[in-house]
Amino acid sequence: MLNARTRSRIFQVAAGIAAVSPLLVLLFVAGVLFVDAWPAFKFQGFSFFTGITWNMGNMYASNPIVHNGVEGAPGATFGILPFIVGTLGSSVIAMLIAIPISLLSAFALVYKIPHRYARWISSAVELLAGIPSVVFGLWGMVVLAPIVANQIGPWLSHFGKVIPFLAGPVGSGFGLLTSGIVLAMMVIPIITATSRDLIAQVSKLPIEGAQALGMTTYESVRHITFPLVRRGVIGAIILGWGRALGETMAVLMVSGNATNYLPTNLYSPISTMASTVAALLDGALTDFSKLSIHALALIAVTLLIITMITNLLARLLVQLGRRDVGTEA
Amino acid sequence: MDTQAESTLTIQTLPSYEMRSYRRKVKSIAIWSISFAALTFVMFIILDILLSVISKGVPGLSYNLIATQTSGIAGGLQNAILGTLLLIALSALISAPLGILAGIYIALYAPKRFGAVIRFFSEVLAGIPSIVIGYFGYMVMVLQWGMGFSALAGGISLSIIILPYIVRTTDASFRQIPKSYLEGAIALGMTPLMAMRTVLLKLATPGILTGVLLAVSIALGETAPLIYTAGWSNFDPNLQLVKNPVAYLTYVVWTYLNEPYHSAHQLAYTAALLLVMIVLVLHVLVRMLQRGSSKHA
Repeated sequence: MLNARTRSRIFQVAAGIAAVSPLLVLLFVAGVLFVDAWPAFKFQGFSFFTGITWNMGNMYASNPIVHNGVEGAPGATFGILPFIVGTLGSSVIAMLIAIPISLLSAFALVYKIPHRYARWISSAVELLAGIPSVVFGLWGMVVLAPIVANQIGPWLSHFGKVIPFLAGPVGSGFGLLTSGIVLAMMVIPIITATSRDLIAQVSKLPIEGAQALGMTTYESVRHITFPLVRRGVIGAIILGWGRALGETMAVLMVSGNATNYLPTNLYSPISTMASTVAALLDGALTDFSKLSIHALALIAVTLLIITMITNLLARLLVQLGRRDVGTEA
Repeated sequence: MDTQAESTLTIQTLPSYEMRSYRRKVKSIAIWSISFAALTFVMFIILDILLSVISKGVPGLSYNLIATQTSGIAGGLQNAILGTLLLIALSALISAPLGILAGIYIALYAPKRFGAVIRFFSEVLAGIPSIVIGYFGYMVMVLQWGMGFSALAGGISLSIIILPYIVRTTDASFRQIPKSYLEGAIALGMTPLMAMRTVLLKLATPGILTGVLLAVSIALGETAPLIYTAGWSNFDPNLQLVKNPVAYLTYVVWTYLNEPYHSAHQLAYTAALLLVMIVLVLHVLVRMLQRGSSKHA
């Protein structure tokens, strides 16, 4: 029988080892990806990020071509610009929709909705955050895509004379706009909940004081709450953006899966980096030279780096934002 | 903080001669009205998603759904339901002990700097897109380690995704407890382990449970990390955890919608309904736990 001190020591050591696990897993995942991605980068160089053509080549041939010391299938060329544009385009559309809606909702929830209703509404918003992405995808396919094809698209295309990017043809409803709207619905709960928590922490006294001095409720929120939560809210927005960048399934289901061309208008089919990895991994396996798999790893690495940067920036800003409103010393 | 608020006020002084004019009142009302509209829109979307899943999914509910396995594009979902449960159980079995221990360590025992470092990397891990984990799982576990499409490869992939959430919630629920509780217990002669178990654990339990439930609900809805690790099977899962593909609900939603058959679509809708229902139940449980714990604190 061990004495209490020893048991405590053993427990602490075990817990300490467990505590390193997230770090080890992260290093392992990142390490594997980087090693896997390297041959593709050597083969293609920086044109990987600027090329428009993604062609895995003749994967069943037996005469590999050699480029920069790396073997690839004949005709293989890997350019992911369309995927980058698809990822950025859909996520930017999502943010354009989500930011105003989320922030206005968050302010209304804290300042205008009576407490007992606000609790229910917040709970519903958090439920939205928990809905699986395939269900968003299903909703996008079954409900949203027809609306985009028949109502939103034709209406927006009237503005095509002013902004050529909005002009038709509207297409099937599967594409950039639908992806953006579905992503917006997925990030709205993230931005709303995070900013609502920050706003709720702001001390009520200065706001009441401002109103007593004659400010309208809008002015008091605009000039007192908003400057205090600004940093944190920007953090919440970037957090949502990171989610939109990395989302796979919902986009895969509504994007129309385009390869090898850049979107010509708001309704063009697209592919994102994440959805491409999911869609092409199966096929890439048949590549005898294994280069296609390395190329997908390079997409994954690119995505990993982008989402890591956005996430870190977001966490940092939210943290600082909490300090601004005084919840964390 | 007060000084900050004051300085904000002085910098952005409103023209004080302007009385609370009609125009300013209208502006305030207009902006709040738009805010209400935005909130109503969000509520409408939530309702629309729930109602469309329910209205499409309910016709497919029957006893056969849980009693039979998928065959081709028809049949029931027994294999997928059991498979999802198995995958969740595996991922929770791996992540919960690891994540809770890690959370306890960084909240209570870790040197401040070390705790901050782990928290930081845990957040980084949480930010990795799930398809990247899927790729990793496929290349390393399925191919290199020879697990094949299997419950274990899928479960480990999911556990990587939920680990940071469990670490975060455990850490937060222990840090919420005033530091003096731990210090007092140790001053009375308890070991750090005894202090944690007898004094702190009870207070932190609702928070930890909340985290595990949230993690389960995340694992339940994931698809991207499973496509290339769990595979798909028309048969019920069994205890052979490697080299034995396993079915899961989100796969049904994703693939069967693209099939040109009505029966396949119905299965997809019903699978989505089941997912939403489980998420809803977990959500209510989490809410109840949170309310219970806020009463104690």
